[in-house]
Amino acid sequence: MTYPEHVPVRSDADVVIARQRGREIASLLGFSASDLALIATAISELARNIVLYAGSGEIEIGHVEQSERRGIEIVARDQGPGIRNIPQAMRDGFSTSGGLGLGLPGVKRLMDEFEIQSRPGRGTMVTVRRWTR
Amino acid sequence: MDVPVLKQGPFLIATIQAALNDADLNKLRRSLVEQVGRHRSRGVIVDVTSLDVLDSFAARTLRDIAHMTGFRGAETVIVGIHPDLAFAMVQLGLTLEGVATALDLEEGLAYLNERTRRLGATRPLPSTRVVAGRPAMAPAPRPGWPLAVARPPHAILREEPRDRRRAKPAPEGADPDTRRDLS
Repeated sequence: MTYPEHVPVRSDADVVIARQRGREIASLLGFSASDLALIATAISELARNIVLYAGSGEIEIGHVEQSERRGIEIVARDQGPGIRNIPQAMRDGFSTSGGLGLGLPGVKRLMDEFEIQSRPGRGTMVTVRRWTR
Repeated sequence: MDVPVLKQGPFLIATIQAALNDADLNKLRRSLVEQVGRHRSRGVIVDVTSLDVLDSFAARTLRDIAHMTGFRGAETVIVGIHPDLAFAMVQLGLTLEGVATALDLEEGLAYLNERTRRLGATRPLPSTRVVAGRPAMAPAPRPGWPLAVARPPHAILREEPRDRRRAKPAPEGADPDTRRDLS
């Protein structure tokens, strides 16, 4: 299998495909059943954000290795409107789409590492990692 | 993908079979709210045992189902949240506030039986009678299953009057469930 794998995200059906692929890949990487649920849930939330805020984008699922550690890396990428105020978007309970999704703080808690880059009008890229243990 | 909904006495049981997308979940919500009226159901069980992910949208839809069926006079209980999903939901910060949950189908039925009894909505639960020709829809009897009384199929369509007298007396005209419809 070649990593990373790209899953286009354009509709709610793609949200399901993305999280299922993520679960399969995480399983191959040796994550526990409990971790698989966390990873699939994080992908589901990230992919749904793409559908909701940007309309379309992609989820990239790959593996990372870093001095003895192995893990999964998920990149959610879109060319949507971007996030004007990232600190605000990272606050619990903040959502601009009427309470749909708990947004990014929840995803951050599900994973070990979380990075976000966004430029208003250009798009958003969220990178999350989780290590096997 | 449609979620099969089974009518079991005064209750509806929706068994979520696999990964559902948002559209499927919305369809289930519409369908349950409608069927509560059509079957005059007192309770709804949504069994999520097979669900792979319970994310914010699924949690919100389950809350909606519980509240909407509540407005229609039926209580909803969510059963079968896998431990891994429970852990992920807590990490994500999801709640099912105001929604009843139970460990599994058996506990869910016990909960609804108790609730509908306490609310004075007692209708004697009919013993399991399956519309002839569609026995496959009936759930397999299991220990403690409160509704599954094994009766030979030939007894199903013949309603003996003395069976009636032995049953707990029902309020006048309050037993529409003698006609079982498992659709």
